[in-house]
Amino acid sequence: MKKKLLSVVLAGLMAMSLAACGAQGNAGSEGSASSASELPTAPTEDGSLKGTLKVGLIGPLTGAAALYGNAVDNGAKIAVEEINAEDSAFQIDYKAQDDEHDAEKSVNAYNQLKDWGVQVIVGTVTTTPCIAVSAEANSDRIFMLTPSASAADVTANKDQTYQLCFSDPNQGSASAQYISENGLATKVAIIYKNDDAYSTGIYQTFKTKAAELGLEVVSETTFMDGSDNDFTVQLTDAKDKGADLVFLPMYYTPASLILSQADAMGYAPTFFGVDGMDGILGIEGFDTSLAEDVILLTPFAADATDDLTVNFVTKFEAAYGETPIQFAADGYDCPKAIHAALKYYAANNGGLDVDKLSASDLCQILISVLSDPAFSVDGVTGEKMQWSSNGEVNKAPKGMVIKNGVYVGL
Amino acid sequence: MLNYLISGISLGSVYAIIALGYTMVYGIAKMLNFAHGDIIMVGGYAAFCASSYLGWPVPLCVLFSMMVCTILGIVIEKLAYKPLRNATSLAVLITAIGVSYFLQNIALLIWTSNPKAFPNMADFVPPIKLGDITIPSVTVITVAASVIIMIALTLFTGMTKMGKAMRAVSEDKGAAQLMGINVNATISTTFAIGSGLAAIAGVLLCSAYPTLMPTTGSMPGIKAFTAAVLGGIGSIPGAMLGGILLGVLEKFAQAYISTQLSDAIVFAALIVVLLVKPTGLLGKKITEKV
Amino acid sequence: MGKKINFLGKTNKNSLMGLINFGIIIVFFAIITILKGAGGLTNALEGQLIPICAYIIMALSLNLVVGISGELSLGHAGFMSVGAFTGVIVAGAMKYNGVNANLPRLIVAIVVGAILAAIAGILIGIPVLRLRGDYLAIVTLAFGEIIKNVLNCLYVGVDAAGLHFSVTDEAHMDMAAGGTTLVRGPMGAVGISKASSFTAGIVLILLVLFVIQNLVNSRTGRAIMAIRDNRIAAEASGINVTKYKMIAFVTSAAIAGAAGALYALNYSTIVPKKFDFNTSILVLVFVVLGGIGNMTGSIIAAAVLTILPELFRQFQDYRMLVYAIVLILVMIATNSEKIRALWKRFTGLFSSKKGGSVNE
Repeated sequence: MKKKLLSVVLAGLMAMSLAACGAQGNAGSEGSASSASELPTAPTEDGSLKGTLKVGLIGPLTGAAALYGNAVDNGAKIAVEEINAEDSAFQIDYKAQDDEHDAEKSVNAYNQLKDWGVQVIVGTVTTTPCIAVSAEANSDRIFMLTPSASAADVTANKDQTYQLCFSDPNQGSASAQYISENGLATKVAIIYKNDDAYSTGIYQTFKTKAAELGLEVVSETTFMDGSDNDFTVQLTDAKDKGADLVFLPMYYTPASLILSQADAMGYAPTFFGVDGMDGILGIEGFDTSLAEDVILLTPFAADATDDLTVNFVTKFEAAYGETPIQFAADGYDCPKAIHAALKYYAANNGGLDVDKLSASDLCQILISVLSDPAFSVDGVTGEKMQWSSNGEVNKAPKGMVIKNGVYVGL
Repeated sequence: MLNYLISGISLGSVYAIIALGYTMVYGIAKMLNFAHGDIIMVGGYAAFCASSYLGWPVPLCVLFSMMVCTILGIVIEKLAYKPLRNATSLAVLITAIGVSYFLQNIALLIWTSNPKAFPNMADFVPPIKLGDITIPSVTVITVAASVIIMIALTLFTGMTKMGKAMRAVSEDKGAAQLMGINVNATISTTFAIGSGLAAIAGVLLCSAYPTLMPTTGSMPGIKAFTAAVLGGIGSIPGAMLGGILLGVLEKFAQAYISTQLSDAIVFAALIVVLLVKPTGLLGKKITEKV
Repeated sequence: MGKKINFLGKTNKNSLMGLINFGIIIVFFAIITILKGAGGLTNALEGQLIPICAYIIMALSLNLVVGISGELSLGHAGFMSVGAFTGVIVAGAMKYNGVNANLPRLIVAIVVGAILAAIAGILIGIPVLRLRGDYLAIVTLAFGEIIKNVLNCLYVGVDAAGLHFSVTDEAHMDMAAGGTTLVRGPMGAVGISKASSFTAGIVLILLVLFVIQNLVNSRTGRAIMAIRDNRIAAEASGINVTKYKMIAFVTSAAIAGAAGALYALNYSTIVPKKFDFNTSILVLVFVVLGGIGNMTGSIIAAAVLTILPELFRQFQDYRMLVYAIVLILVMIATNSEKIRALWKRFTGLFSSKKGGSVNE
């Protein structure tokens, strides 16, 4: 706990000093007498938000992780359409670039967007590329809001990178906490993907937290690309060691195989997933009865009945003919959050004309708004989302259980 | 122990059936067809579409998938490989990789990146129960299918005229041509057969591990290639043996050593085998001439 | 001028080609520098300069094995990966100990990366080089996968007492407070302090070219090529086959390691997965497309094929599809006999030689 506190304080201090540096640099170049804490402004006559904002998305649109990149892209497109339809004075010019889930390609995509004149980046979708790109964007002072790159390293030491999803450490410890508080299990097995940053990240914090809470982890097994189709060994190990709950910190594609193989083995523990598990019910042709009673912590449920979700899901289904997964929802929330932040700033500073602002000005503005405790956004992945100054989002994960092929809130 | 063996055989029989296609094409056309895994993926999608969208019965789905893959194999061979008949084997290898990228990306455009859950097409056979251990129906079918295919291929290459022509082409293209064998037609036929086998492999792979994505074929393809080399590439029984061994080895390594290092262990075992028997378990010893 | 002509007159065709290679790299460097000065360089191209250098070096390195030594390696990214992670660890440890200047960190990282990759090359070469042809290829593939798999389990950290290693997790490194984790298993190296520069990349390419061309044009190089052309005849002439193959293989591994260090220190993060079978194949594509054994071809192919997918971004969803088609077409165009004959006829029309290939 002490360590965490220390790191938060340090990150805060660092963010402050970096912001101060950035501001001083600006002041020098503009030659104005603005102090370090003053933010760039571009008031408009009627106090509204106007101009055209160039938003770029980076994510895997091809390759093995294309599923996640395309989902985010599709979700973001719907949000951009809605924002553009809302007010003709403020428009978003949106462009998505492919990174094939590779750090090198991702930096290339980022540079392409820079040539295009990008002002704000939504992305990147996956963790490793995001760490590489956020370092570049940090030195270029371009604001990033990642929909789904969840590792702590994504935001560490980078004041301009914010996450819309839970961070891995939060998810790992929240899961352990949830299992322990609700008395779901005494003996836990974990199967995680050993060559994946997301999966390993959640596993590590889960394990630490589980040890703290006295949950007994009896079996820890892994898989990786290339041996991700047969889980007999992992499941047998869990079964033999008497695990009554299997924790699956992974995406839904391998999880669907684990569920069907466990069923074939006649092994029926409680399966507990994380946000990557969302989407399992949407796999075309998947027998949803296999996922009966699976519990997952996710910020988004496609069959929720609140207006925001219904509106989003309806539009998404009409446009793409499929149910949105959590990645699509994250993608939808990102442009919305940026839009909301700019509107918030415009309202408090006599309007904002984004055409008059450089990417680094916008970066400064967005950092100030998102880290402002008075600012919050309602999105499909959470109500009243707020951010801490280290870039982590503050929202409550919802515990969901799958009953008769649909999510039911716990 | 026994259930690890069975899951190893399940996995291995899938590798075996893919490796049979690899080895067939390699043995005769002397090329590493790295696009084989992607033809398997196309086969899986073809069967999936026939079953889920058209509602066809299983045998028809399999036939449809075989037809699609055979035609695809012939077209690929005609357009991409045939112009390179006399080029170095490396040039053909790179072209095959180009074809593999092509198939993956076209599948991405047609079927999108969302995974499809493949229906189990092998459940017309009941699973076998031995005490408290169950052998899933798809394993039964895969093992049976790979044995049948292995025997059929051995008989085909050994007995029929076309088979003899294939063996002749494999030994010496030039001499075969002089003996009046149509080398081009023989190689095209080999591809057609290899691709048809890929369709069966695709259906069985996806029945056993029911997620279908544009990249479904690539990793099993590489593993199966390894299996084919382990057994002695070019040897039909070798592919079968190599596949089963690789699957069992992988499962045992996971169960008794480490799930993290299982791939490393499998590949290390391959290296050891090749050091002892440099042409694989059942590979022919090549005599060198000056 | 007169001197130069004399100099060229004395040399054989090989070293002339060698000079051309140096020329290409220096001209490339000059053009980029001028463009940069004039502000005509896009961010996209500028961001790719160092990876281009790294891939050129990788292509040269693999060409030494495939083209000069005549062995197919499908696991070359494994050596790159050894160099990359070693480089990151070395550079990170130096930074921790107060060396902040980029150049010394980069140089030491490249040297140590190359040495460790060379050691890996020796360890792998001993078993691998006993095999032939496709079997050798699959064993190199296997080693590439093993290296990746092992790096996925490797945790490295540095504190006041020095480097700490673990193969289980971060906690098992037993680091003192204030230590930094450098490599974190599957999450790879995070928070790398970048040290690579384009100039360093160019210098490294020139150095590698110098090493390879001297090797090829030496007694050793001729022995290596003799083995490639006819192993039995070479053996009969008293050439120690294993020794010479080993020299080529280990040199190549060391060069790949250097490329890896250069590459890794250009990004703030790298993961073991980056150096998988696909990367090995990518480099092989450069070599084959550039012409096996042709160093100039490797340089051009590596540069062009690295930029190409970026230029195809305007095709959006069809980008990789277009890339695949271009790859297939280029392979057919450069290797098909019919097209070659057609090309000959075409060039024959313009050649001053009488007859030529127009007559059939």
